[in-house]
Amino acid sequence: MAMKKLINAPDDVVREALEGIELAYGDRLRVSYDPAIVVRGDAPVQGKVGIISGGGSGHEPMHGGFVGPGMLDAACPGEVFTSPTPDQMLEATKAVNGGAGVLHIVKNYTGDVLNFEMAADLAKGEGIEVESVVTNDDVAVQDSLYTAGRRGVGITVIAEKICGAAAAEGRSLAEVAELCRRVNGEGRSMGMALTPCTTPGSGQPSFELGDDEMEIGIGIHGEPGRYREPLAPSAQVVDRLASAVVEDLPYNSGDNVLAFVNGMGGTPLIELFVVYRDLHHFLQERGITITRRLVGNYITSLEMAGTSITLLRLDDELTRLWDAPVDTPALRWGA
Amino acid sequence: MTDGSTTIDHAAILDWMRRFAAEVEEHREELVRLDTAIGDGDHGTNLNRGMKKVLEKLDGTEGDDIGATLKAVGMALVSSVGGAAGPLYGTLFLQMGTATAGRSTLDTAGWADALEAGVKGVQARGKAEAGDKTMIDALLPALEALRTAQAEGDGPAAAASRSADAAQEGMTATIPLEARRGRASYLGPRSVGHQDPGATSTHLLLRSAAEAFASN
Repeated sequence: MAMKKLINAPDDVVREALEGIELAYGDRLRVSYDPAIVVRGDAPVQGKVGIISGGGSGHEPMHGGFVGPGMLDAACPGEVFTSPTPDQMLEATKAVNGGAGVLHIVKNYTGDVLNFEMAADLAKGEGIEVESVVTNDDVAVQDSLYTAGRRGVGITVIAEKICGAAAAEGRSLAEVAELCRRVNGEGRSMGMALTPCTTPGSGQPSFELGDDEMEIGIGIHGEPGRYREPLAPSAQVVDRLASAVVEDLPYNSGDNVLAFVNGMGGTPLIELFVVYRDLHHFLQERGITITRRLVGNYITSLEMAGTSITLLRLDDELTRLWDAPVDTPALRWGA
Repeated sequence: MTDGSTTIDHAAILDWMRRFAAEVEEHREELVRLDTAIGDGDHGTNLNRGMKKVLEKLDGTEGDDIGATLKAVGMALVSSVGGAAGPLYGTLFLQMGTATAGRSTLDTAGWADALEAGVKGVQARGKAEAGDKTMIDALLPALEALRTAQAEGDGPAAAASRSADAAQEGMTATIPLEARRGRASYLGPRSVGHQDPGATSTHLLLRSAAEAFASN
């Protein structure tokens, strides 16, 4: 089947989307094109720890949609599903350094990690203090010496929000980095797909999936999952995903959690709320209480249909930082 | 020595890059297909974009410092390829450039020293070992064959040709392996039966070198 996308040309998608973001949000974001970065309009904020993230494009609104007060200071968009390059990260680091150092929040993918490592070396060479935290919350991947380790997925969005709030409060680079590690450590995720996705560059679906099949344990780059199974109702899918998530940390009876039901890009909100309902009941039966929640398409995989479930164990501090004002194109409250 | 010249000069390095860029363009879809099977399908597209950038940068290059040219290639790849391939191929060339700084010609030993520096750089950056189903599985046998050829007195062209043959064998030998690095490792046993795209592009790289050294 021919690729059906609302684009002008495959090679221009990333640039033209950035131009759209600039036209839509130019009053509060600065967009540069060579190298490509999205920066808070008032950056650098003097005395505040700068926070940047980045990754392949195709996961919108992550990360560009999370740039603004209370969250990221800059984002580095790569080509679709391709890590950005060190020159982008270095430019972003310099643009947001207000003298208090810069935190790099890096999702655990080989390309992202290697490029951010090179960028951190370059930034340190220019005298900028940099800390890097790698998120790796995806329980679908066995964390062993024989894989690249767990992927960074949904917890990244939550870490960006919570660390953004902590930086806005004036905490030090070491404190914000430690907080980011704590959020990553208390968070777990797992995702599934009903359909593959098609990158504009390849024009082909990222994997083959039968009409009556679903893929459990997918990543966010169209990479296939760990298990292929017959289609099942939402409650069974939630049971499958949430069991893996809950048992991994584990989350225990009496825990308060932030529940993040994320859409992969091609699943409507009506279905995500069915998933949220089933997750609510699943957790309630285990004595786990959802005290904060996020439902919607925040870390997507182009037009893939499917969902991911992320839990973060909350305490008073994390709850307060989650509730703190945020003012970005994709997440906004209290502002 | 029965083929090619006895040394690699700066023109041969430029020719190598042009040939490699052409090979990547020609095999772009094959690389995409291999990467779609066990990765994320962008290897051919990314490397093709990077090599176009390299050619732009080398267009009108003056001087004959092989090291400076290889470093320029490395920086162009680092800033244009992205993914894992950008830092890995970038590091390969940056380290080869450091090893050949100020040199206008290389003999077989000089070429082998450069490749060895590059391979060490790739291993330090990516932390892959032999058998992990990565570009290292093409690079290590290629380097070993190059050292053997050097010990047997081969000139650069003949040595590079044996090195490319070894890379090809290493590439084919990735098919039955289970991936332990990069995105393919998420597939576990499902990565078995597919040829590694990084090892495939590495074979193209070393084959291009052999062809360039034989005709310059």
